[in-house]
Amino acid sequence: MNPDLVRDPLPIPEHPVTPYLRMERIPHVWCPGCGIGTVVKCFASALERTGVDLEKVSVVSGIGCSGRTAGYLRLDGFHTTHGRAIPFATGLKLGRPELLVSVVSGDGDLVGIGGNHFIHAARRNLDLLVILINNFIYGMTGGQNAPTTPLMARSSTMPFGNFEPPFNLPHLAASSGAPYVARWTCLHIRRLTWAIEEAIQRKGFRFIEVIAPCPTLYSRLNKLGTGLSGMRFYHDKAEIRHGADTREVAIGFQEPIICGKFVDEERPTFNELMDSHYGKVLGEKYVPMPAEGGYLHG
Amino acid sequence: MKADPAGVLTGAHYLDGDFACGEGAMAAGCRFVAGYPITPSTEVVERISRRFPTMGGTFIQMEDELASMAAVVGGSWTGTKSMTVTSGPGFSLMMENIGLAAMMETPCVVVNVQRGGPSTGLPTMVGQADMMQARWGSHGDYEVIALSPQSPQEAFDLTVEAFNLSEIYRVPVMFMMDECVGHMTERVVIPEADEIEVVPRRLTEQSKEEFLPYRLNGHLVPEFARAGDGYRFHTTGLTHDERGYPLMSADCQEACVHRLVDKIRGAGDDLTHIEEDGTDDAEVVVISYGITARVARMAITMARERGVPTGSVRLIVVWPFPERVITELAGRVAGFVVPELNYGQISLEVERLAAGRCPVWHVGHGGGTVHDPEAILEKILEAAKVAA
Repeated sequence: MNPDLVRDPLPIPEHPVTPYLRMERIPHVWCPGCGIGTVVKCFASALERTGVDLEKVSVVSGIGCSGRTAGYLRLDGFHTTHGRAIPFATGLKLGRPELLVSVVSGDGDLVGIGGNHFIHAARRNLDLLVILINNFIYGMTGGQNAPTTPLMARSSTMPFGNFEPPFNLPHLAASSGAPYVARWTCLHIRRLTWAIEEAIQRKGFRFIEVIAPCPTLYSRLNKLGTGLSGMRFYHDKAEIRHGADTREVAIGFQEPIICGKFVDEERPTFNELMDSHYGKVLGEKYVPMPAEGGYLHG
Repeated sequence: MKADPAGVLTGAHYLDGDFACGEGAMAAGCRFVAGYPITPSTEVVERISRRFPTMGGTFIQMEDELASMAAVVGGSWTGTKSMTVTSGPGFSLMMENIGLAAMMETPCVVVNVQRGGPSTGLPTMVGQADMMQARWGSHGDYEVIALSPQSPQEAFDLTVEAFNLSEIYRVPVMFMMDECVGHMTERVVIPEADEIEVVPRRLTEQSKEEFLPYRLNGHLVPEFARAGDGYRFHTTGLTHDERGYPLMSADCQEACVHRLVDKIRGAGDDLTHIEEDGTDDAEVVVISYGITARVARMAITMARERGVPTGSVRLIVVWPFPERVITELAGRVAGFVVPELNYGQISLEVERLAAGRCPVWHVGHGGGTVHDPEAILEKILEAAKVAA
């Protein structure tokens, strides 16, 4: 055949977030219909819109499906151990205070095995942007029960339905001291992007929970549909209630998902408290950690 | 490069081993410490938390030892030299992220002031039973470096060396003190800053376009890029290729993990750091480390007084093991005596190298107190009698 006949006359424009991704690693590991990729796209768009210096942005993930996020973003990316993304990120932030340190990981990782780190980082108000992708289940290992699995929902280790009460994550974050708390689903593309953009510009422990379908496991086990219909299920269940009392935003099985920005306050961060306190008690003797790190070049 | 004067407390001091270790870390350029309180190690971070705010260092008391070690690995990726401090129970919790540090090739120092175990064991009393855990306590194959000081002075000197070795080899270095050395107070002389040699992070000079985080450049240890320097690199605890990208294959596993092992095993001779005394014409050689080496000295003197030519090998770098030295001695001595505060850890390594050419006598107990020198003497005499 004449090659001119099959050549597409229209060049395919580059996707706007391509420069933020490690395109050589695409296709990614996530299943069709999974919500994680959408969150990555929103995160990349938010970075683009804020215009932050990408050389100073680190992204840290733990283990699990969402834990693969750090591997696809063209940033300093750290794929760490299960549950330890937040303490690893703590080291990055304290070791080089000028960095914008973000954590993107899953519900099992950040509040199951890593739950203790989550509440303490929020308590300290460490300067971390934490995006938790909640698919209500342990996806990578095959759909086991998570500390977020709604009551009565099925998982591979609660085949007769879950009888353990789950965490209400915005309430956990807010009551541990997080100054910024929001929740969206991964189909709220514009609102999620805007929330991440806003959170990048805030300081302290900023927590965004993103509800994402797991079509392969959670949605299938609980008959919530596949592909777009699975995503629509969450989107249609969403009810936007900005400023809602976080005590009232727990997620029940097949019940409305309250979304919105719940907390947006200003509280001094760990680094600000440290600097002001030592400045007060030690005066001129206090030497803070240099923004670019401690004693590097002699 | 020379030490930062801000971190060096030059002069003669009366310090315990824990304080001296903390001073060594600050002199070595450590500026980030994450830790969790545990007896008998806590004085190290108490010292550091008091002194850090005057020299641009940050100490954070984490919620547990899992978090402490994770924070140390993260801290080190900024180029800021990082350390944590613990004892047995905390050391167990740190194993997870010690493995991560080994896999990501992260320079850092882990201080373990050993107490009696297992489990909660003897919190305030001495032990030396974490020596094998220091070597291979995390899962999978990897090699680290471990040092063992015998005095507060060495707690200072060798902490500096521990940081330097961690930078050269990009491994977590285990600083294996024990409760006696940690809580023993002696004269410690801290030199001038310009007399202390510290090894800076080996930062890559490659361009941001050509740099790959695990590509070798004529050296088994790759060059380093700090988070925030614009290299926008990726690293993972998964088996990875030279780009730092996960690659699940037997070939990649071989290339990735074999090098982690080789870079230390292959440097065994360079890393050998022992103190040898009277081994040239020795019939029996005592191999010891840490506080036990000081107790063994009395037993060696008593044995010599009884006419047994007795030599001593004191292990300063314990891992990697000084294989060549022990193998060579095994060919010409009548026996080794290995006192240690455990039921046989280093003695088994000595047995492996003796390979049946001479007997190895372990002298040990579960900790709580140091040896009675008579117990060591008894084995030296027994070894000499068997030989005769």
